[in-house]
Amino acid sequence: MATLWVGSRKGLFRFDRAAAGWQQVGKPAFLAAPVTFVLDDPRDGALYVALSHGHFGCKLHRSDDRGATWVELPTPAFPKSDAPDAPALELIWSIVPAGADRPGALWLGTIPGGLFSSTDRGESWVLCSSLWNRPERSRWVGGGYDHAGIHSILVDPCDSAHVTLAVSTGGVWITEDGGDSWVLGGHGLRADYMPPGQQHAPLFQDVHLLTAPACDPDRMWCQHHCGIFVSDDGGMTFRESLDVAPSAFGFAVAAHPQNRDRAWFAPAVKDECRVPVDAKLVVTETQDGGKRFTTRRNGLPQTEAYDLIYRHALVVDSSGAHLALGSTTGNLWASDDSGESWQQLSATLPPIAALAFAP
Amino acid sequence: MATIRFTSHLVRHRPAPMITAAGATVAEVLQTGLADDPLLRGYVQDEQGRLRKHVNIYLDGALIRDRLRLSDAVGPASELYVLQALSGG
Repeated sequence: MATLWVGSRKGLFRFDRAAAGWQQVGKPAFLAAPVTFVLDDPRDGALYVALSHGHFGCKLHRSDDRGATWVELPTPAFPKSDAPDAPALELIWSIVPAGADRPGALWLGTIPGGLFSSTDRGESWVLCSSLWNRPERSRWVGGGYDHAGIHSILVDPCDSAHVTLAVSTGGVWITEDGGDSWVLGGHGLRADYMPPGQQHAPLFQDVHLLTAPACDPDRMWCQHHCGIFVSDDGGMTFRESLDVAPSAFGFAVAAHPQNRDRAWFAPAVKDECRVPVDAKLVVTETQDGGKRFTTRRNGLPQTEAYDLIYRHALVVDSSGAHLALGSTTGNLWASDDSGESWQQLSATLPPIAALAFAP
Repeated sequence: MATIRFTSHLVRHRPAPMITAAGATVAEVLQTGLADDPLLRGYVQDEQGRLRKHVNIYLDGALIRDRLRLSDAVGPASELYVLQALSGG
């Protein structure tokens, strides 16, 4: 039986796929609280849920019994300062396992752009000061938020000391030594919102999401503010996919876990018009490393659809056969044929921020 | 000893019984009163000690003035009431 976790503007929902198909199961957890990220840790089955209460700040919870009960964890904290504008946690944007060889260890990315690590299943957090103290960080800027944030953290499955992350807006950063030192990658990305002469500067790139197939950490897919880009060297350099119909703008990308050349995207018109092209919701798929794209629309609404897919709301399972898609309109779809066709699981959920298949 | 009471809106998320605590300022009362539950303190203050943007504290019936350092003076029989601001809804 497969399980899909749905992190929404008003709580965490669970869907299970049984013989009768996908069904919502049980009552939502954290009802009415905005969920910003969900991690279902394949190493120990722990669930992590990040919340952003409107009044009371960001919170982090873990369940060790598949969502039956939850324990609240400490949240990552920025260094103490007397400055009136001293940084404070605004959003938990990503949580990932820090490697199969590091049980219980996690990486966590935030707005403002902090990278935190835990070695004890989230019971305590340490700011990665080597990245936080990089002088270039002062030139990171917010992408859709007041401050920059880290939304993508990729741990090399063959070498957990090799971590690649992406910042909106602040480019692609790579460590080979577990976070002791960092280099700026992302060469070849293009930021057409910058003045002439600065459009190719790696530091100013607004990566919306960076992901990699489990089979090949050198292959990376980047849904960027200005297009779709592909890397063959672990995010150091990228080439742009051109002539992507109906649009190369979007937030989400999912990489096929076993086929390095296959990935899915959820396009919208453009930055200043974040709705599906012609009000027809589609998923685009490439099977040849980003050279050509096929538009998948079977089962998705083709009239008057104004759904936007957030960066963490297009996911694929470990087989590559099952995908899920959640929208800001509260629609949820799943595909059992690698995205060729979609079925609607719900049309009445709150706006969806993040999805996670159980491993 | 001052008294701290919490809105039921907060209690939905984390147990927050009435607390009595010593201190000369709002910051000191919160520090001593919530010392046993730093996670609860995190619902009221951010990690810099500032009052959260969408949280209010009434001190003896009036909004506190210093939201950054919470330096408003607290009397021995003062009552603090922590509640959500409508701005955060």
